[in-house]
Amino acid sequence: MAEIEIGRYALDGSTAGSGPPLLFLHGGDFVGQNARFLDRLARRWRVAAPRHPGFGHSERAEGFRTVHDIAYLYLDWLDRQHERAVIVGSSIGGWIALEICVRSVEHVGALVLIDSLGVKFGGREERDIADIYALPEDELRRRTFFDPARVVPDYSSLGDDELTAIARDREATALYGWRPYMHDPGLRQWLHRVRVPTLVLWGEDDGIVPPEYGQRLCAALPSAKFERIAEAGHYPQVEHPDAVADAIERFAATGVTR
Amino acid sequence: MKVWHFSEMAYHPAWPDLADSYRVIVPNRFYDPKIGADLYHRYLDEWALCDELGINIMTNEHHATATCSDSVCTIPMAILARETKTVRLLALGMPIGNRNDPVRVAEEYSMIDVISRGRLEMGFVKGVPFEISPANTNPADLSERFWEAYDLILKALTSHDGPFNWEGTHFQYRSVNVWPRPYQTPHPPVWTPVGSAASATEAASRGMVIGVLNTGWARTPAIFEAYRKKARERGREPTPDRLAYMALVGVGHTREEGHRRADQILGYSRTSGIVAPQFANPPGYVAPNAAAQMLKGGGAMAARATRVQTKDGHPINPRTMSVDEAIDAGLSFAGTPDDVYDQLKAFYDHVGSFGHLLMMGQGGLISHADTVDNLTLFSKEVLPRLAGLG
Repeated sequence: MAEIEIGRYALDGSTAGSGPPLLFLHGGDFVGQNARFLDRLARRWRVAAPRHPGFGHSERAEGFRTVHDIAYLYLDWLDRQHERAVIVGSSIGGWIALEICVRSVEHVGALVLIDSLGVKFGGREERDIADIYALPEDELRRRTFFDPARVVPDYSSLGDDELTAIARDREATALYGWRPYMHDPGLRQWLHRVRVPTLVLWGEDDGIVPPEYGQRLCAALPSAKFERIAEAGHYPQVEHPDAVADAIERFAATGVTR
Repeated sequence: MKVWHFSEMAYHPAWPDLADSYRVIVPNRFYDPKIGADLYHRYLDEWALCDELGINIMTNEHHATATCSDSVCTIPMAILARETKTVRLLALGMPIGNRNDPVRVAEEYSMIDVISRGRLEMGFVKGVPFEISPANTNPADLSERFWEAYDLILKALTSHDGPFNWEGTHFQYRSVNVWPRPYQTPHPPVWTPVGSAASATEAASRGMVIGVLNTGWARTPAIFEAYRKKARERGREPTPDRLAYMALVGVGHTREEGHRRADQILGYSRTSGIVAPQFANPPGYVAPNAAAQMLKGGGAMAARATRVQTKDGHPINPRTMSVDEAIDAGLSFAGTPDDVYDQLKAFYDHVGSFGHLLMMGQGGLISHADTVDNLTLFSKEVLPRLAGLG
C-alpha cells in the first residue's frame, strides 16, 4: 500500500492515474471493494484514495475525535494541490466531504456524494439513518447491498492483515459516528456554503439511507443534481463501478467543474 | 477468606416468554411491576439475612434485561446500608465508562459509605458489551473514558479543600466538590471485575482488588498470575485479599439437595449470554486483532461459546450446562457442606489462593426458602472452615 503523507500524518491508501486531482473518501466498511471503481476513475484522474486516520492500517491520529478533524486533514491535502480537485465521498466519506466543503471550497472543483451520511433532517424520534449496530447481520447485509452474495467476502478466507484492517475500519467508524449517530447536528445549517457543482448519486435500493434522504440532501445544497443507480444499495460504486464511474464522467464532461 | 453473597435479582418470570434475546431489545411489557416489587423485597430480605449469617453483600447492575433487574447497583446498597449493621457492602459495580456523570457516582458512593458507617467497597466496571447499546456510549473509546472517570472519582473522594478543576477529554467540570466526603479514609476499597490477563495487569498496576467472574478452572490461574506479577513489579505484595473469585454455590443437607439448588442457580449461567448477536461485540469493544479473529471464526457468539471449559479444556455450552459440568469447570461448588468445601479448597489450591469468594447464593429459579437455607447452611457448615484460607 502506498502511503499518502499529509503534514505529519502518513496514511495507508492508494494513488493511481494521471490528470486532474481526485480525492476519494471511503465509507465505514467494504473499503477494499472500491478497487475496481478506483481503477476506472484513474483512467481520467490522478486518484488519491487515503484510508482515513484510524481506519485500515492508517494510524489513529492523536487528538482526532470528530469528523471535523478528518475534514481539516484533507483541507491540508487540498491546499497542496496545484489545481482544484474533484472530491468523491461515499457514505461517511460523503459526510467528511460535506464537512470539508462547508469550511472551504477554495480548492474544490466539483463534489460527488454517493449515499452520503452526515446530516439530520428528521425529528428527534425519527431515524434518518438505519442503526447498523442494532441490525441482525443478515438484515444489515440486505440493507447494504442489492445483491450481498456478490460483494460480501468470506471472512474466514481472509488473511489476518486484511481482517485487522476491516476491524479497524469498523472501530474507527464507531469512534467518529457513534454519537450523535452518523451525523453532525450543526452541519445542516451550513450546507448553503457547499458552493460547488455537486452530483448526488444514490443506490436505488439503499436500506441504510434511502434515496429520499439523498433527495433532501440534494435539495439542501446550492448547486446539486440527483441521480439514482439501479440495482445498488449503500455502496453503488462497489456493486456497479462502471455505472457510477460513467455517471461521474458524464457529470465532469458537462463542464460543470469550476 | 471473606464470603460475599451475590444475586443479579433476576426477573425470571419473563423467561418463558423470551427466545433469542434476554437483553437489550426485550420490551418491558414482559415485566409486571407487582411481581417485580415482590421479587425486589424478597432479594433484599435475603441480603439482609446475610447480616446475621456473617456473609458480606455484593450487588451489580445490568440494563434492559430480564436476567438482572438491578439496573442501579447503588439502590439496593442504599437500602442495605441502613438495614444491615455489620457486613460489608460491595457494589461490583458501577459502569463508569457508560455513565455520563462521574461526580454523581462519587456522591452516590460517598453517601452509602457514610450511611453504612464505612462499610462500602466500591466497584468500577467496564461492563459487558451488551451494556453499550442501552447506555449509547461509544465502544471505541470506552477504556479511555473509564480510566478518566476513575481518576476523577478517586480525586473527588480524596479532595477535601474545596472545588477543583477538571477539563479532561471526556469530562469537564469547573467545580468538583463532593459532599459528603466518604466515611473511610482515604476512600472505600476499590474493586474491578476482570476477565483476562491483560485487564488483570491493568488493575494490578493501580492496586485494585480484582473479581474474576465465570473464568473457571481453565482460565483463572493465568489471570491471577498476571495480577501477582504486575503487583510485584509495582512493589505491592499481591496478598490474597487482592483476589476474588465468583462461583455459584448450592449447598444442601444431602448431595442431591445441594445439586438441585445449584441446578436452579445455574439458570443465571444458562440465560446470561442469550443476547441478539449484533450486540455481542460492538466495534472497538475489543482490540482490532481480537475482533479480526472473531470475524474469521464466525462472529462474537462463536467466540463466546468456547469460554466455559472443562478441566481438560473442552468447551461446555453454557446454555445447557449441567451441575456436574459446572462443577468440573470450576464455575460451581455444590453438594453437601463437605463437597462444597472440598471443591472450593481444590480450586483454591489450583489457582494459588484468593481472599474472597463471591458466592452466587441466589440465581435463576431457586426459591426464597431454598435460598435462605442455602445461605444459612453455608454460613454454619462451610464458612467456619474458610477462616484458614486466604
